[in-house]
Amino acid sequence: MEAKGYTRDPILTRQVLRFSSPGGTCSGVTRLTDTFAQLKAEKRTAFVPFIMAGDPDLATSERLLHALPEAGADVIEVGFPFTDPMADGPIIAEAGQRALAGGQTLKKTLEMVKRFRAAGHQTPIVLMGYANPVLQHGDSFAQDAVDAGVDGLILVDLPPEESGELDVQAKEAGLDMIRLATPTTRDERIDRVIEHASGFLYYVAVAGVTGGRSAGADELGEAITRLREKTSLPIAAGFGIKDAPSAHAAAQHADAVVVGSAIVKALELEGVDAAVALARELAAATHAPGGQQ
Amino acid sequence: MPDDARTAPNSFRLGPDESGKFGQFGGRYVAETLMPLILELNRAYEDAKNDPAFTDELDRLLAEYVGRPSPLTYAGRLTKHVRETALKGKGAKIYLKRDELNHTGAHKINNCVGQVLLAKRMGRTRIIAETGAGQHGVATATVCALFGLPCVVYMGAADVERQKPNVFRMKLLGAEIVPVTSGKGTLKDAMNDALRDWVTNVEDTFYVIGTAAGPHPYPMMVRDFQSVIGREAKQQMLEREGRLPDVAMACIGGGSNAIGLFHPFLDDPEVRLIGVEAAGKGLDTDEHAASLTGGKPGVLHGNKTYLLQDEDGQIDDAHSISAGLDYPGIGPEHSWLHETGRVEYVSATDEEALACFQLCARKEGIIPALEPSHALARALDAAAEMDEDQILLLNMCGRGDKDVFTVAAALGVDV
Repeated sequence: MEAKGYTRDPILTRQVLRFSSPGGTCSGVTRLTDTFAQLKAEKRTAFVPFIMAGDPDLATSERLLHALPEAGADVIEVGFPFTDPMADGPIIAEAGQRALAGGQTLKKTLEMVKRFRAAGHQTPIVLMGYANPVLQHGDSFAQDAVDAGVDGLILVDLPPEESGELDVQAKEAGLDMIRLATPTTRDERIDRVIEHASGFLYYVAVAGVTGGRSAGADELGEAITRLREKTSLPIAAGFGIKDAPSAHAAAQHADAVVVGSAIVKALELEGVDAAVALARELAAATHAPGGQQ
Repeated sequence: MPDDARTAPNSFRLGPDESGKFGQFGGRYVAETLMPLILELNRAYEDAKNDPAFTDELDRLLAEYVGRPSPLTYAGRLTKHVRETALKGKGAKIYLKRDELNHTGAHKINNCVGQVLLAKRMGRTRIIAETGAGQHGVATATVCALFGLPCVVYMGAADVERQKPNVFRMKLLGAEIVPVTSGKGTLKDAMNDALRDWVTNVEDTFYVIGTAAGPHPYPMMVRDFQSVIGREAKQQMLEREGRLPDVAMACIGGGSNAIGLFHPFLDDPEVRLIGVEAAGKGLDTDEHAASLTGGKPGVLHGNKTYLLQDEDGQIDDAHSISAGLDYPGIGPEHSWLHETGRVEYVSATDEEALACFQLCARKEGIIPALEPSHALARALDAAAEMDEDQILLLNMCGRGDKDVFTVAAALGVDV
């Protein structure tokens, strides 16, 4: 509780965190940590589909969300829309604009997660989006998200340098702050990126926007090996993974495989059943034993 | 004089801090892919600005290519116009800082020369930029032509349609224009797509941002490059009148011309500084671009600043008859100067700007851009309340050639 008084002072905040929990483990075991521990014991790679809350409307996206655990999702990333998604390619950017046109808000996204938990689903949920909606929600965001049943948060435009206050609030609430590492994150920066990371580390496999080109398998393997020297957090790979072969290839290196644009596109073009079918196929490819390990 | 300010207590000129913050504003809110690039840019800029080889080359280009220093002109007929209706003894002398006489017709090129020189120094081989009205795009394309660098300009599809002469100009200069259809196809969407380009082409590309916004170090860097306006004006005013102006005014979209004028005056408390935002169809409508008056702090395009937004944090569309002011945010240093109270921020409507556009043409033989026409609207009010022996300085940051079709349409004239 003491930390609360320090939340506006970034320097003191850092000290508080450093003293309180070396190694980045939270006081209680989170749903994410638990899931990854279990997967590790089973020697399985996690399949992580991404969907946009409210795309094309709230009811449809909610139907998709509820169908994903049975289709093989180990963790689900739920995007919350923002008018100016500067790190997204056209597929996810347009999904966000459709959601906004339908009146989706961050509050409605939290309520959607709450209903998912009320239905008894235990699959960890990670919210992914941009900083401003979270900032406007206010200081209660981390606690409100946890209360709704959210397990982790990825904010694309909130690098560790700007995340001090939210890190403290998230830690108090038990919300995992998931950081991004990219091909431009050099060794000397990795320490900064993982300093207050928890849950897992998200490796953005290519420099670019979502739904773009794919990384080569060797490239991905080398990058993940480099990250493993720095952190014991599970490592998820995303960006440019679009079909069963690329999901299977990425699963040979990463602890989790994230697929976004392909699922969003399937939903847009063919509807919920097609998106669920694609998720099932991608989950099977991710979970299938590989030749390398 | 700048060196005094650095050591003076309570200076307004010390920002940003190392993390790029002006108070709570500014910072670096970008995707992790861009973070290392922005940190590298910051190091390169700090290094360049202390290297005489860089600053000498910049000064030489500003003199020989841009045409600096720009003149300071006493606007005698506008002054007389104000005095005709002002109370007896009222009506300040109005001076214009003539940055519209720069090559390419606006202050924008001051910054482009600086950033493209820096890009060359960093070994970057490809330049990208965003543009609204096309002035920053034209200035960037111009400097790229001068240095033989490929240039890609992102421009909202709606603006491409509205600003055809500038689109053609950029093409003549060898730039590639990418019409942006994402979002509503305006300036902020063009900025999103420029950021998407940069995040995809991290190895060879330099992003030349046109206003004093974006992630650190851009707001500081653009301000520094534009501060030549205020430094010159200060010296010219001392030479001409033997003292500083009582009021200095400029229009504000993102705020690069205004911060360029204001910054050298920030620690001169006798100089009242006034920024003029675009009130569009009125502040009581939702069609305006006055971020400070009608917005609240938030995060967009890499910085924390005042933004037009809804309660969910979604960014609202701005509106102004002037495409150069049509942006839902404002540079972070202005947000800070607003909260500290050092600079006053007011606004002028489309209609007021249109009237002053025509007035300035007839009274001074200067066709101003619609952007400084906004500042002129409030300058006339301010001058009317000041004493006759007082001085008001206005930044004439761009010329109106680009706006003649827009103005003709607004006046119902078929050109």
